[in-house]
Amino acid sequence: MSTTQQAYPMFDASTIPDDLCPIATKPTPMLPGDWRSMRPVVDRAKCVKCAVCWLYCPVQCVVEKAAWFDFNLKTCKGCGICATECPQRAIAMIEEAA
Amino acid sequence: MSAVLKPKSKLIVCDGNEAAAWAVSLANVDMVAVYPITPQSSLVEYLAKFIADGRLGAEIVDVEGEHSVLSVLQGACLAGARTYTASCGPGLAFMFEPYLRTPGLRLPLVMTIVTRDTLTPQSVWGGHQDAMSVREVGWVQMYCESVQEVLDTTIMAYKIAEHHDVMLPVNVCHDGNYLSFGAARCELPDQGEVNAFLGEKDVNWHVALDPQRPMAVDPLTGGAGGPGPATFVRYRKGQCGGMQNSLKVITEVHEEWGRRFGRYHAPLVESYRMDGAEYAIVTIGSMTGAAKDAVDEARARGEKVGLVKVKTYRPFPAQALLTALADVKAFGVVDRSVSFGWNCGPLFQDAVTAMYDAPKRIPAMSFIGGLAGADLTVGHFERVIGRTKELARDGLAAETVWLNEKD
Repeated sequence: MSTTQQAYPMFDASTIPDDLCPIATKPTPMLPGDWRSMRPVVDRAKCVKCAVCWLYCPVQCVVEKAAWFDFNLKTCKGCGICATECPQRAIAMIEEAA
Repeated sequence: MSAVLKPKSKLIVCDGNEAAAWAVSLANVDMVAVYPITPQSSLVEYLAKFIADGRLGAEIVDVEGEHSVLSVLQGACLAGARTYTASCGPGLAFMFEPYLRTPGLRLPLVMTIVTRDTLTPQSVWGGHQDAMSVREVGWVQMYCESVQEVLDTTIMAYKIAEHHDVMLPVNVCHDGNYLSFGAARCELPDQGEVNAFLGEKDVNWHVALDPQRPMAVDPLTGGAGGPGPATFVRYRKGQCGGMQNSLKVITEVHEEWGRRFGRYHAPLVESYRMDGAEYAIVTIGSMTGAAKDAVDEARARGEKVGLVKVKTYRPFPAQALLTALADVKAFGVVDRSVSFGWNCGPLFQDAVTAMYDAPKRIPAMSFIGGLAGADLTVGHFERVIGRTKELARDGLAAETVWLNEKD
């Protein structure tokens, strides 16, 4: 997924004084995964593919695999809603390595 | 004030609230968001009527509270609209969060404050406490003396706010009760001449909600250890620069208004009968009429007293006040509000600060009156003049005098 893809080119602010109004005209490459402190891990033996995690994920980072659901860790912010909602208790939140 | 009516102008009799509504109509405002509150309510009723009658082609949004009033207008302004609202007292307090953000976004909104004393004790009556309470957050503030000045200043406010060297929101303040409901002769300028005076609006050239100019508006600046604080300082300094630039722009716009419409209002401070004045009183807002009468009577008795009225209060016209008061032996400042931590009036504080740059110290005293709608009469100003005369003689300033303590 490209973060710079957009309908119009970014606004050229070079003629506007840089002490007037705080605006940003360059997209930031930072994604939620860059500041996550806990990551979800699926126990594939327990996952029944009910899609409750997919439904609840606030950033739509749940990815469908052949026999289980997994997470796109670039966009997962580690909120743990999936782990709380999973009826099979198949998702564990583990701390990111320091 | 002009003696001769300009061609195509119209004479009406109206109160200050209606005069402000006429100005908004003449300024071709695109978006009005309002929530009624005493003594501002009739102003927005006039606006609603002008829009319903088709006189003003603006969208009017009746929102659920003042916080939304200003939030709606910020969005409208970012989308390119000329915007207006009016509020006061508790409404202004409820508006405070978006009120803080407006000058930082450099949005040229115009808002009338129909001034009112703040709670508590419970009061719905006039006073400057509401406007004075928001004096330090970056809005330009101008205080009007007459109904005609309300109309003229509200139109001028758009030209000042939208000037590229300023780009700041403007509060036009008029006294609740006295100007809001006091009817007077008022000259309505011609629509075509107002259009020519204001020119094309250009309010979102620097920041916009516009799909064809994609940008993030007001992104978070980073914290300590990165470039964030320096970025923050750059914008803060720019905002302060815009405020200082506005002193010149306010003066130029008032001069242009005078040339085009024949009414010359003092832009920053007005010196009244200051020729040869040995002492002076300093006023702000609608109290100035009675104060001028008192000065006239004192002059007729041979007293060497003059008056300086402050119209533009933020940015504070320090240099103009210093020049106006340079030669007096003492001055008394009459406030219609209080500065709680200083036990005096806020205008007094500012005046004393401005006079710090005078070659020698000039004794000054603070008078507070007209709170909670109390009338400031010629008699009150006679007391102020008498006490300031004593001060000019002995140089012994006393504690703040509360003018309406007994009457």
